[in-house]
Amino acid sequence: MTELLVLAALGGVAVCTGVLVFVVDSMARATFSLLASFLATGAALLVMDLAYLGLLTILMMTIEMAIMAVFMIMLMMNPAGLVPMTMVHNTTGSAVVGAAAFVLLTVGVWTTDWPDRPGPPPDDATAQVGEAVMGDYMLVMILVGVVLLATMVAGIALATHRGRYDRFGPDLDRRAPDDPVRGGLPR
Amino acid sequence: MTELTLQVVLTVAAALVGTGLFGALSQQSIVMVMMGLELVVNGVLLAAGAAWAFLTPQLPGAQVLVLMATVVMAVEMAMGFAVALAIYRARQVDTVDAAEDLAG
Repeated sequence: MTELLVLAALGGVAVCTGVLVFVVDSMARATFSLLASFLATGAALLVMDLAYLGLLTILMMTIEMAIMAVFMIMLMMNPAGLVPMTMVHNTTGSAVVGAAAFVLLTVGVWTTDWPDRPGPPPDDATAQVGEAVMGDYMLVMILVGVVLLATMVAGIALATHRGRYDRFGPDLDRRAPDDPVRGGLPR
Repeated sequence: MTELTLQVVLTVAAALVGTGLFGALSQQSIVMVMMGLELVVNGVLLAAGAAWAFLTPQLPGAQVLVLMATVVMAVEMAMGFAVALAIYRARQVDTVDAAEDLAG
């Protein structure tokens, strides 16, 4: 009973702060509201005996939202919310889609005949996931590693300025500029 | 009681997915769209954790799914910010409405 009440309370916090993300004027406040939603989810995972994954969520999301706040302030025209403004489109259609998804999923949750839990949780859930990713689920870890490497390379390629190696254009058919030093000056 | 707890947690996850979908579809700012997508993955994270705790605690599959959802979130953030920076640099664009020509 205690577990149910605690999880319901954490879930309420997660949903309320999640809704607040799209209600508050300030982009910075929206970022920290999303962080609060993630922290509530991380705490719920901790309550469900997922010590490693709960802590991973909390630590990762704290840093991720801090980075997001920096981007907000860099890119947004109204990061502090000093001037009330809304930047939305197709609100009604979006609300219908969001509500329909919620209703559909909720009906599924409450009409499914869930099986009983087969046994008690293991003594150490962290050891269980650790052994899994080093054993039966190793292919998943290998793929995750490759995906993260590809993300790092693609992220850097997209985010950097086009430098001197891009001077011949995407098809390498642009004429070379008349450089004072052959090969171009380093920037 | 276990089944009721599972249903409550999954309902919360459904609410997070619905809210995230609303945000991702309704917001104009690229970063706010990403926040909506993050909320959707937040719901997946919670649902997978509940599936492990209340349905298959003896099997590690649901835990690995939580791990995957975390990785998806990291990849989405990194690529999203890289794309946001690239399009801002090229056109000073920070809303999806200003980049409609990329559709299709």
